[in-house]
Amino acid sequence: MSLRVTALTGSALVQDTGRPGRTGLGVTPSGSFDRNAARQANVLLGNPPDAAVLEVVGSVTVRATRATAVAVTGAPGPVQCEGIPVDTGQVLLLQDGDELTVGPPALGVRRVLAVAGGLTPDPVLGSRATDTLSGLGPAPVTVGTLLPVGLRTGHPVTTRIETGVLGVGDLTVRLVLGPRDDWFTPEAVSMLLGTGWTVSPRSDRIGVRLDGPSLERAVAGELESEPVVRGSVQVTTAGLPVVLGPDHPVTGGYPVIGVVVDADTDLLAQAAPGRRVRFRRHPAP
Amino acid sequence: MRLRPSGDRAVLLDCDDAAEAQAWFAALEPEADVTLGARTVLVRGAPADVRRLVGAATPGEAAGRSTSEVVVPVTYDGPDLGEVARLTGLTVDEVVDAHTATPWTVAFTGFAPGFAYLTGGDPRLHVPRRDSPRPRVPVGAVGLAGPYSGVYPRESPGGWQLVGSTDVPLWDLERDPPALLLPGALVRFESVLRGAA
Repeated sequence: MSLRVTALTGSALVQDTGRPGRTGLGVTPSGSFDRNAARQANVLLGNPPDAAVLEVVGSVTVRATRATAVAVTGAPGPVQCEGIPVDTGQVLLLQDGDELTVGPPALGVRRVLAVAGGLTPDPVLGSRATDTLSGLGPAPVTVGTLLPVGLRTGHPVTTRIETGVLGVGDLTVRLVLGPRDDWFTPEAVSMLLGTGWTVSPRSDRIGVRLDGPSLERAVAGELESEPVVRGSVQVTTAGLPVVLGPDHPVTGGYPVIGVVVDADTDLLAQAAPGRRVRFRRHPAP
Repeated sequence: MRLRPSGDRAVLLDCDDAAEAQAWFAALEPEADVTLGARTVLVRGAPADVRRLVGAATPGEAAGRSTSEVVVPVTYDGPDLGEVARLTGLTVDEVVDAHTATPWTVAFTGFAPGFAYLTGGDPRLHVPRRDSPRPRVPVGAVGLAGPYSGVYPRESPGGWQLVGSTDVPLWDLERDPPALLLPGALVRFESVLRGAA
């Protein structure tokens, strides 16, 4: 059983729960950017939580080589089975040869297509995630790619899921200050927390880049490289924040002024260019 | 060492120097998901748990652990060898001697899978990065930048001063572990003639 990619605009990457615990090799965790959407799609299909899914930015069409069940979660938008509109957030049954199109998102950025049994390209270092920074994992999907699908192991526990509503207003994420907030002036820290930052079109899985006022440093010079995490807010030499995504480098030399609360980093997966992002201070746990 | 917050799923240990960071890394590595920085250690986990773990650990105990030495044969024919000699005031032969005489230590990893930042070499070799990075540095290129030396595990852009090259694979997915140089390892460069590296 497999899915054949027959059309693609933008990018489609295989993702799962990634490669945690391998930073000593210089390998970043990677994995789904919107982990929540991937989890929901796998729950719908009765898949294990680490089953690999397709993370789509843009639109993709796949053809099923056999009857199977799929689900689409993440950013809302059109989905068609054999040209007929169908719903997201529920189990969809495809017949042998059916074409499913996951259209461009109406809001947000990333749509998740999951299939019963999960996608099963060869794992690399225990994961099927495509790490866009290092090139580990399956190659990015192209037209003609045959995505192998595993054997169905579980049964759906639900048939519908509330995929969540993506707001159109400012996106607010919680932020723990540090580890290097003391490298910035108190005014810069206030500005970080008081500004509606605009998501740059140059954002990707490595980092969500934000445009706005320049944040002034209190400490000159270079920080010796230190480990960063998904959600670390690095401030570039231009004084602009970059919120690191799942494919972030293992270590970095830009000071990290704060770190987005882990659960809120999934929201940033759906922060489209032009969207306003605000940081709300969260106490250090 | 002081603890600094790094979000709600990790804590950063901010150490006085690289040796202290390496000692903490070695002490905590068997018990937690840890990442080594130049003089920091990131410990992943609920911050309260991490603080407990750190409170119960003794970094000094790790200092005497045995580390294997990795020998990397290098052909010293890099395009920046002359520039490094000029910047350091050494002859080309003296640059090669300085690079091979003192063992280096993997201070931390990053940049790319298998890339190790090596420190502890001859301080006369501290040179700035190139003014403009090369768009393509070949796999196996051996470089210098600031206090660091490193070997490019695959072709990539890079701004380090290139002094030589090695045939030893730094990254091989068929090997376990795939990275040749792991945090804390000792590395000794050995000069070999062209074609023998």
